[in-house]
Amino acid sequence: MHPAFSVVFFTTATGAGYGLLALLGVLGGLGFVQPEIWFGLVGMALALGLIGAGLLSSTGHLGRPERAWRAFSQWSSSWLSREGVASVATFIPAGLFGIGWVLLGGSGGWVAVAGLLAAAGAVATVCTTGMIYASLKPIAQWHSRYTLPAYLIFAAMTGSVLFNVLLQVFGIGSKGVLIVALLLTLLGWGWKLATWRYNDRLEITTTANTATGLAGGTVRSIEWPHTEENYLLKEMGFRIARKHSAKLRRIAQVLAFALPAALLMIAFALPWPFAAAASVLAALLQFAGMLVERWLFFAEAKHTVTLYYGR
Amino acid sequence: MTCLPAQTEKKLGLVIDLDTCVGCQACVTACKEWNTGGHMAPLTDIDPYGGNADGVWFNRVHAYEHTTERGGRTVNFPRSCLHCETPACVTVCPTGASYKRASDGIVLVDEDKCIGCKLCSWACPYGARELDTDVGVMKKCTLCVDRIYNDNLAEEDRVPACVAACPTSARHFGDLGDPASAVSQLVTARGGVDLMPELGYKPTNKYLPPRAHTERAAKVDAPALEPIRAEGGFLGWIDRMLSN
Repeated sequence: MHPAFSVVFFTTATGAGYGLLALLGVLGGLGFVQPEIWFGLVGMALALGLIGAGLLSSTGHLGRPERAWRAFSQWSSSWLSREGVASVATFIPAGLFGIGWVLLGGSGGWVAVAGLLAAAGAVATVCTTGMIYASLKPIAQWHSRYTLPAYLIFAAMTGSVLFNVLLQVFGIGSKGVLIVALLLTLLGWGWKLATWRYNDRLEITTTANTATGLAGGTVRSIEWPHTEENYLLKEMGFRIARKHSAKLRRIAQVLAFALPAALLMIAFALPWPFAAAASVLAALLQFAGMLVERWLFFAEAKHTVTLYYGR
Repeated sequence: MTCLPAQTEKKLGLVIDLDTCVGCQACVTACKEWNTGGHMAPLTDIDPYGGNADGVWFNRVHAYEHTTERGGRTVNFPRSCLHCETPACVTVCPTGASYKRASDGIVLVDEDKCIGCKLCSWACPYGARELDTDVGVMKKCTLCVDRIYNDNLAEEDRVPACVAACPTSARHFGDLGDPASAVSQLVTARGGVDLMPELGYKPTNKYLPPRAHTERAAKVDAPALEPIRAEGGFLGWIDRMLSN
């Protein structure tokens, strides 16, 4: 599958943004993190900014972006429509929570309800994003039980690493949050390794034989219907050399998991401001690593239409 | 709505005979010719005379070499929308632009609602949908919905353009929901198959596999040519000159 940068950035940015929003909503709303105007403003701006930038980026993928509003109508059948509805609906409790927690400096009561609803909306939106990919049967690497949990784990992972950055920068770092961010980063690493292991051993039942209805023997493409690459090959026939795939997997692991985990351990040991610096660096490297991971998620996915072209 | 009809009154579709298709591309050009002025018009071409010709086509003919223990053969393979009974291209559509008609089962795109998100083309395992990058919307085979019900055409012409154009009658059009229809009986007689049945899209279009190799083929091991007797005169002179 062609890794369109607008979609790669969209899923990575909104994942981190919704992860952070969910943590702020739950921990802020229930009073575990005391309301403080600058901390709250920066935190909510970061979360909603990532979400907003991601959603805007996703419209760059559209052929007719001016009609994007129509995508809110088919939530009864379409995961993409559900994603649109959930993402916009989440702004309502998130906005109320922001007003109550940041501007009015309250927690508990209606602020807690708004915070929990914003967190629920964030989780629901990430689920819908994951299901867009997990529901596509022609792409075996996506249509697996690994896809939906991956989106949730990576949202929680990047969100918690960002949450730790906020706490550290404002000098209210928490060892508990550091440990959670570290454990989620290790969980994300493990999940990605398990996913790659599963995909590498995948035995896809759909073959050139079933695609053409020609039973038995071998089916070899000897002539394409066209001389140049068409939409199908540009969009669904994207290929990545195995050697680059292996190298990019290593880069993604180092940037998204290994270095952030090491930096979080350093942050655990060092005093402020070194802990804050290590935390910021961990978040930046992880975001870059997740962009590589998401690029690979597309580039390594093989669509059944490629069978018709002997790929 | 992009929810699918529980059932359709008819299941209009195509039956494609891989035994008789000669890969002449007549159906491809007839499809392009009709549809670039039809329901989904235009079928935009990008750089048609340059080195990177690209464009929207509803029907593409591939060629394969099918090799079994009985030997090999070339199979020409037309590929177009199969108007599935459970088309995921319709249910994934976020805008309601894609729909399956309850009356005849034809899968269509309302170009005025399409936002060009490409998700339907990802959801189709058969590559039936192609984005018109010039207009920014998705396009696909309409089963020539503007021909088959067209009162302005003679009755025998009310078939999809690809069917009308096929010189070897490898393409048949009809109601596959009616077991008594000519196309249904053809599918039964020839053992028509679904493409990628394991994915569960329940395609309406059926493909008739090439007929089995026959044991009664003509003998072709004729005796080798005999040496020609030397001739005199002009022809003899040519023979001698050529023999040198």
